[in-house]
Amino acid sequence: MDSAYLIETIIKVVVILLIFSALAGIGTYFERKVLAFMQRRLGPMNVGPYGLLQVAADGIKLFTKEDIIPTNVVGPIFKIAPVITAATAFMAAAAIPFLPPFEIFGYEVHPIVADVNIGILYVLGVMAVGLYGPLLGGMASANKFSLLSAARTAAVFISYEVVTGLSLLAPIMMVGSLSLIDFNEYQAGGIGDWIVWSQPVAFILFWIAAFAETGRTPFHLIANDHEIIDGFGTEYSGMRWGLFFIGEYANMFFISFVIPLIFLGGYGDGSLLGALGLLGKMSFFFFFFLWTRAAWPDVRPDQLMWLCWKVLMPIAVINVVITGFVMMF
Amino acid sequence: MSLEAFNNRNVAEGDYFLVDIEDYPTTGWDKFKRVVKRTFKGELFVGLWVVMREMIRFDIHTVQYPQEKMPIGPRYRAVHQMKRLWESDTERCIGCGLCEKICISDCIRMDTRIDENSRKEVTEYTINLGRCIFCGYCAEVCPELAITHGGEYENASEQREHFIMYEDMLTPIDKMKAGKQLEFEGFGAITPHEDERVKKTPLAY
Repeated sequence: MDSAYLIETIIKVVVILLIFSALAGIGTYFERKVLAFMQRRLGPMNVGPYGLLQVAADGIKLFTKEDIIPTNVVGPIFKIAPVITAATAFMAAAAIPFLPPFEIFGYEVHPIVADVNIGILYVLGVMAVGLYGPLLGGMASANKFSLLSAARTAAVFISYEVVTGLSLLAPIMMVGSLSLIDFNEYQAGGIGDWIVWSQPVAFILFWIAAFAETGRTPFHLIANDHEIIDGFGTEYSGMRWGLFFIGEYANMFFISFVIPLIFLGGYGDGSLLGALGLLGKMSFFFFFFLWTRAAWPDVRPDQLMWLCWKVLMPIAVINVVITGFVMMF
Repeated sequence: MSLEAFNNRNVAEGDYFLVDIEDYPTTGWDKFKRVVKRTFKGELFVGLWVVMREMIRFDIHTVQYPQEKMPIGPRYRAVHQMKRLWESDTERCIGCGLCEKICISDCIRMDTRIDENSRKEVTEYTINLGRCIFCGYCAEVCPELAITHGGEYENASEQREHFIMYEDMLTPIDKMKAGKQLEFEGFGAITPHEDERVKKTPLAY
C-alpha cells in the first residue's frame, strides 16, 4: 500500500470526524431553534448572538462534568457502550460519498473514505451494530428504565433492519451493485433517472425505517422522556452521555446522506450544482427529522412492532417480488 | 366572549353539539378498513403543515423576561405599599393595629406611641416578606386604605427573613407631590361607582 493513499485516507478520516462531530453540535442548535420556532418560542437566545454559542456552552458543560460510574453498574460494559454508539455511527460514514470527486492543487480527491463494493450493505450493517450501544448501556446500567429501553432498542432495531434491508433490495436489484457510487452513476442522467420514480414504495419504506434506525420522534420510544426517563442514557453523565448524543446526531446526518444517494440522484453528474444539490437534499431530510419531532406524536412499542411486521415488511416483500417480475419480463 | 355563554348551563339550547366519534371497529375487516382510511387520509401532513405554518408566520410569544416584562394587573398582590393622604401628603396609617391582628402568618409587627400633639403615631412598622403569604387581608381590613399591595414582585433575597420597613413602603414625598400615587384596586379598595351606591341611613323607623 503506497504511502500517498495512506496519508490521503487518514486525512479524509480526520476531516469527516471533525466535520460531523461539529455538525452534531450545530445540529442540536438547529433542532432547538426549529422546534422553538414551530412552537412559537425563541429557543436559545442568551449565549452569543441569537444563542449561536449555546453549542460551545453545552460542549464545555459536557466535557467538564463529573464522569459518574454508579455503584451497581457493570463497569467495563457501562464505559464502552457510548463509544460503540459513536464509533459505529462514524464507521458507517466510510462508504458514503459525501461529495463528487474534485481536484485540489492538481490532486484528485474522492470524498469517500473507502469505495468498498459492498457499500450500502456495509453502511446498514455497521449502523445495525450501533444497536449494541443502547443495548449494552441499558443492560449494564442497573436501572429498570434503562433495561426497558435496552429491550425496546433490541426489538426496534432488529425489526426495522428487516424493513431497511427488504426495501433496499428492490433498488439494489435495479442497479445491480451495492456501491453507493454505482447508485449515483445509475441516476446521473438527471431528475428523470432518479430511483424514487421507479421505486416510490421502497423510498417511503426506507424513509420510515430511517426514523426507527435513528430513534427519532414518531419512533422515539427507545429513550422516551415521558415514559422511561432517558432510557439507556439515564445513568450516564458528562461526555459519556455526550457520545450517545453525538452518535445519534451523526447517524441522522449519515442517513440523511444515504437516502438522497440511493433514491434522489445523489450528487448527479458531479458538477458543483450536483454537489450543492446533494447537500440541499441532505439538509431537507435532516430538517424533516426535526419537523416531525415538532408535529407528530410517538407511537407505542406494540404499535411500532405491528407497523413493522404486519404492514411494512409485507409491503416490502411484495415490492421486491413485483420489481423482480418487472425486471424479468 | 362574554361570561353569559359559560353561565348558561342549559345544554338543550345554544351551540352545544355531540362530538362525532365513531365506534371502535370489532371485526377484522372493519379494522383493516380503518387502517387504510387513516393511512391515506393525510392527517400526518395536517400536523406537518400546522407547525410549518407557525414557523413561517413567526408569531413568537416568548417574553424574554429580564429584558422584557409582562404588564401585571392593578389588583395583583405583591410587596406592600403605604399610601399618603391626597389632601395633606401625610401618611394615612393611624396605627390602629388591625393589619397586625388579622395577619394570618404573623408577619406584620408595629409599634405606636402618643406624640406631642397627642395623636397616635407609628414608630415602627415592619413586614417579614419571608413569612408573608400575600393573602391581602391587611389591605382588606385597613380602614384608611393605608396599607395596600403594589406591583413589585421581584423580591429575591439572600435570606429567608426578608423584612421591609415602613419607610420603604411609604410613597416617597416627591412622588406624592407630583400626584403620581396609584390607588390599589384590589379587595378592600373603594369599588368604582361607589357614590351612586350610597344610601341614606334608615333612621325613619
